[in-house]
Amino acid sequence: MALKPSFSDEISNLLYAAHGNPINACIQCGTCSGTCPVANYMDQTPRRLIGMINADLKEDVLDCNTYWFCASCYHCTVRCPADIDIAGVMYAVKRYSIWNKTYSEDLVGPKFSEAFVKTIVRTGRSYEPILAPTYMFHFGPKDFFHEAVTASKMMLKGRIPVLPPRIKRLENFKNMIRKIIPLGESS
Amino acid sequence: MKKYAYFPGCSLEKMASSYHKSALETTEVFDIELQELDDWNCCGATTYFHVDAILAHTLVARNLAMAEKEGLDLVAPCSACYKNAYFTNDYIKNDPDLKEHINFALEEDDLQFNAEIEVFHLIDIFANDVGPDLIKEKVNNPLKGLIIAPYYGCQIVRPRKNGEEVENPQFFEDIISAMGAEPAYFPERLRCCGGSLIMTNRVAALNMVRILLQSAEKNGAHVIATACPLCQVNLECYQEQVNEEFGTDFKLPILYFTQLLGLALGISPKKLGIGIELVSATPVFSKLLPKEAN
Ligand code: SF4
Ligand code: SF4
Repeated sequence: MALKPSFSDEISNLLYAAHGNPINACIQCGTCSGTCPVANYMDQTPRRLIGMINADLKEDVLDCNTYWFCASCYHCTVRCPADIDIAGVMYAVKRYSIWNKTYSEDLVGPKFSEAFVKTIVRTGRSYEPILAPTYMFHFGPKDFFHEAVTASKMMLKGRIPVLPPRIKRLENFKNMIRKIIPLGESS
Repeated sequence: MKKYAYFPGCSLEKMASSYHKSALETTEVFDIELQELDDWNCCGATTYFHVDAILAHTLVARNLAMAEKEGLDLVAPCSACYKNAYFTNDYIKNDPDLKEHINFALEEDDLQFNAEIEVFHLIDIFANDVGPDLIKEKVNNPLKGLIIAPYYGCQIVRPRKNGEEVENPQFFEDIISAMGAEPAYFPERLRCCGGSLIMTNRVAALNMVRILLQSAEKNGAHVIATACPLCQVNLECYQEQVNEEFGTDFKLPILYFTQLLGLALGISPKKLGIGIELVSATPVFSKLLPKEAN
């Protein structure tokens, strides 16, 4: 009889090709939390998140902002005495939550990621002005204003392109992507 | 003449055009040709890996395959692009299943990738291929009196590649010394700038920028040198937002290491893309002027 894999197994399986040890090698030493430059802003520190995954606390893990606030700086990864790729774990939980649409609605991270990916799939290149609306409307008025001022200053210095760039062999490129993931009609 | 396939990445097209210009100018001095990949695609920065790892590797592999087709190793000036290219190459070298899967997709663009090339960051080229001694030899306008904070950031050194030094690298300092400038003591040089969070967690990102600026300023740096367009924009273009958010008054120029190197090699500021900064680079030049002119 096939058992449903536990949450910690599911996350481990998503750690595609990551080097290092499995998450259950964690000794809860806290080096990752002590190293993490974003820990103060996280609901749960990296150490706690790893512990929660190992305890299969699926809802609590997915509910917290920790993995979306991870900046992928790999500082924890290179310092972990148990040789766990913690940054890779954060990526795995991000993927899990995007696939299962379980992230909490007030986060900008997942929406930004999805919009970014859609732009690349459509043109082969990334383009800031198309991306901007997806996250800017989630900002409060103050942040929105700041972002607009910074963007227009960069525009004045010629540092933001006026037209979205595109690659030349776009059809081949899209067919290539179709072989990996199905593309929606809008893409 | 040594030749590399060059993958500029999306930011270098406009946002970081000065990095692009200064990279080409400075490599030329050392007889290194950077041949831009024809029709390269966005490698997804870090964001692609949030959604699908195989897709992310495939996008990166398309660029790698085009370099391999030319028989050239790949150089990336952006640290995020470099990390992606390095690890996709590394994974494909070691995982025949991944290689097969990716090649199945690459067929659509008449490409194939055997992972027979190497991937370098632009700064590797100066640190290893060229080396500080040769740099010193070619410097004709030593940046005497200028204190430069070497900002490594994350992905040049992390994750660890091939057992390299991740806690105390020195190659950036060595390049700065070779320019005739003084590398600042900069304890936060390996700390993340928060670049990937600026859209998703603005306050955290601004605070991370603040910590770096403060550390550089406190240690007497006149300018921070970066080797990544994302770090550069984060440290420079968000400096004013940092000042507003935290009531600080930073006016610290943030230049690419290739721009500073270019000045030391006697290349004109204009050719190095100097002049499109949001935080003026003038303080750098006033430090370099002969003392009596000050
Ligand atoms: S540094 Fe590694 S072993 Fe220590 S708590 Fe973090 S994940 Fe666990
Ligand atoms: S990779 Fe993420 S969790 Fe690890 S130290 Fe950096 S920000 Fe923190």
